Amino acid sequence: MTKMTGARMVVQALKDQGVEVVFGYPGGAVLPIYDEIFQQSDIQHILVRHEQAAVHAAEGYARSTGKVGCALVTSGPGATNAVTGLTDALMDSIPLVVLSGQVPTFMIGNDAFQEADTVGITRPCTKHNWLVKDTADLSNVIHQAFHVARSGRPGPVLVDIPKDVQFASAAYTEPKKARTSHYQPKVKGDAEAIERMVELMETAERPIFYTGGGVINSGPAASQLLREFISATGFPVTSTLMGLGAYPASGEAWLGMLGMHGLYEANLAMHDCDVMINVGARFDDRITGRVQDFSPKSQKVHIDIDPSSINKVIPVEVPIIGDVGHVLEQALNLWKARGRKVNRDGLKKWWAKIAEWRKVDCLRYKGSETVIKPQYALQRLEALTKGMDRYVSTEVGQHQMWAAQFLGFEDPNRWLTSGGLGTMGYGFPASIGAQVAHRDALVINVAGEASWLMNMQEMGTAMQFGLPVKQFILNNERLGMVRQWQQLLHGERYSQSWSEALPDFVKLAEAFGAKGIQCKDPADLDDAIMEMIRYDGPVIFDCLVEKHENCLPMIPSGEAHNKMLLGDAVATNAIQGKGAALV
Amino acid sequence: MSALQIKKGSSKHSAYDLRSHMSDVMERHTLAVLVDNESGVLARVIGLFSGRGYNIDSLTVAEVDHQGHRSRITIVTTGTPQVIEQIKAQLGRMVPVHDVHDLTVEGQAVERELALLKVAGTGEKRVEALRLADIFRAKVVDTSLESFVFEITGTSEKVDALADLMRPLGLVEIARTGVAALSRGAA
Repeated sequence: MTKMTGARMVVQALKDQGVEVVFGYPGGAVLPIYDEIFQQSDIQHILVRHEQAAVHAAEGYARSTGKVGCALVTSGPGATNAVTGLTDALMDSIPLVVLSGQVPTFMIGNDAFQEADTVGITRPCTKHNWLVKDTADLSNVIHQAFHVARSGRPGPVLVDIPKDVQFASAAYTEPKKARTSHYQPKVKGDAEAIERMVELMETAERPIFYTGGGVINSGPAASQLLREFISATGFPVTSTLMGLGAYPASGEAWLGMLGMHGLYEANLAMHDCDVMINVGARFDDRITGRVQDFSPKSQKVHIDIDPSSINKVIPVEVPIIGDVGHVLEQALNLWKARGRKVNRDGLKKWWAKIAEWRKVDCLRYKGSETVIKPQYALQRLEALTKGMDRYVSTEVGQHQMWAAQFLGFEDPNRWLTSGGLGTMGYGFPASIGAQVAHRDALVINVAGEASWLMNMQEMGTAMQFGLPVKQFILNNERLGMVRQWQQLLHGERYSQSWSEALPDFVKLAEAFGAKGIQCKDPADLDDAIMEMIRYDGPVIFDCLVEKHENCLPMIPSGEAHNKMLLGDAVATNAIQGKGAALV
Repeated sequence: MSALQIKKGSSKHSAYDLRSHMSDVMERHTLAVLVDNESGVLARVIGLFSGRGYNIDSLTVAEVDHQGHRSRITIVTTGTPQVIEQIKAQLGRMVPVHDVHDLTVEGQAVERELALLKVAGTGEKRVEALRLADIFRAKVVDTSLESFVFEITGTSEKVDALADLMRPLGLVEIARTGVAALSRGAA
């Protein structure tokens, strides 16, 4: 066994775990590790401008590659700045290993300079975390950290490393010899439950696949199996925000996204179905709406690798604990072996019903020749970038929902968005992470101007590392979603929901050495978007859009799926009663 | 709604046993949780309960396997069936947790708690306190001319009962360990 310092061990362990990129920011308590990073060239370090961005960039990297993302931050403020990113990754099940420096062991608890109780602070926002007090344990813990981050339901982990542990020497443990502990979540589904699922599928008159981020997390094979299952059965499929791309948007069975701002046909199909097959989704409140009225007529199957997701919100008839890929394979094989049965008559009627709902054309909006409608901007972006090697991230708000409605994703891992936590400021650094992983791809961050300002300092990162990320800002000079809710719920009293003193985004881009484009005339939009795509470097695209557009359709909070608000139906104070208390 | 009859143990954390899942009835359950005795593990468990709004009626923890670095946490909690199932699933998915046993549903279990009660008084009250202690099979572990410290072992209800009786007789302080529990039988 080779003896080495803790700092070198960190770098060695990352290499042995296949890490190619680390997003980070140096500081006093991680100087020994940065010294080791300086003396090697296998791992690239991307210097961000704020630790929150390091974690979001690692998320973007992880989500777009399926690998574990890695971030390195210093003690105290470095670690506390990472908390939002960790929480975001926990909510969206993104595998991350975050390494933080800590004051030396003999100073812990003394309120030392840049000391924070990092493992205490991050305990509820990580899947697991470790404070390493002995260099002899360090390499083993880092290997365990990667194992935990990627196994079962993926998630972020944190390893806190005191400075004296980085300086001291000990024997290095290789990944193969590391104790990956007893943590081995079950991946195969219970055969009896799968049989029950197949039985339900064989007789269902109005079935629906409801898929989520778990399909993406399970890997490309799971998406492939899902596609095969759907094309073989002819069942309709809808997906959560996190699951977009698992089934292609151009696929025949695709109903579009479901949920609060999901498509009418998807939500109505969920409400009226008789068999619901939840594949790797978690019955989030944005999906269910009013729980008591959620899909009242259906028998429900729930495939999830996390036992705590089962029956947490919605009680199901057939719970299947296991990895989506494994379970789908088991179920598909069984369904084939039993003779590929489906209820053809039922399905035909069901699709006819869906066709009626589709006629409602729920995404319609009033076009304009004088002002750019945000929906139109996204339709043009979609049309002009379709078929390209494209990754899209978003910030959080109206633009995010419009992007989910109007952009189509043909493959998994192409769509990076903050679903569970809803973190404004996520999209820009996530686009950086994705671009680092896919240097030649077109990476677009669809943003609102308010969200984008939350991590705008990352322009420096994009410039320094030559990352040609396109910042497509739908600028309505409003916190659009907040404004929309104030209209629906608070009598049009728009408290603090406008963006005053906005920067000149074109000049801002130029100040960083990037390209700025502003567009306000629908007639110029196509050319402007093409200019953005063709420019070899980071672009800030300031798209001035209709200021008071509402994001529709919408299920008002506290309502059932069949109580959707459509296009022009929106009135003020549409959310009332108990729903008003909900988020 | 037809409950699926999954074979017991085939899908250990599936929330389906046979009572109504959505019942509003509050149940009291005793959980035994076997964990790695690593730093912060208790904070993790307690943080889970406070963070998700679960109740802790009693909690005890001690290392039970020194060589294997294992501790046993015994938690008494109350909640609806759905909440109890969630608690077990949430505990079960924690990395340092090896096993979660619901002693309340997995057959019979013995539950014991130890308490120390300090009773101060003189004269007839002092004699009565000693007499009651004898009835409850409590031991005297310390005495002065004006006080006793009694040690009692039993179910929480038994400890409650003795404490209630001792109160008018001069109960000044009580220390309780919380519940320790084991399943009955060989397994």
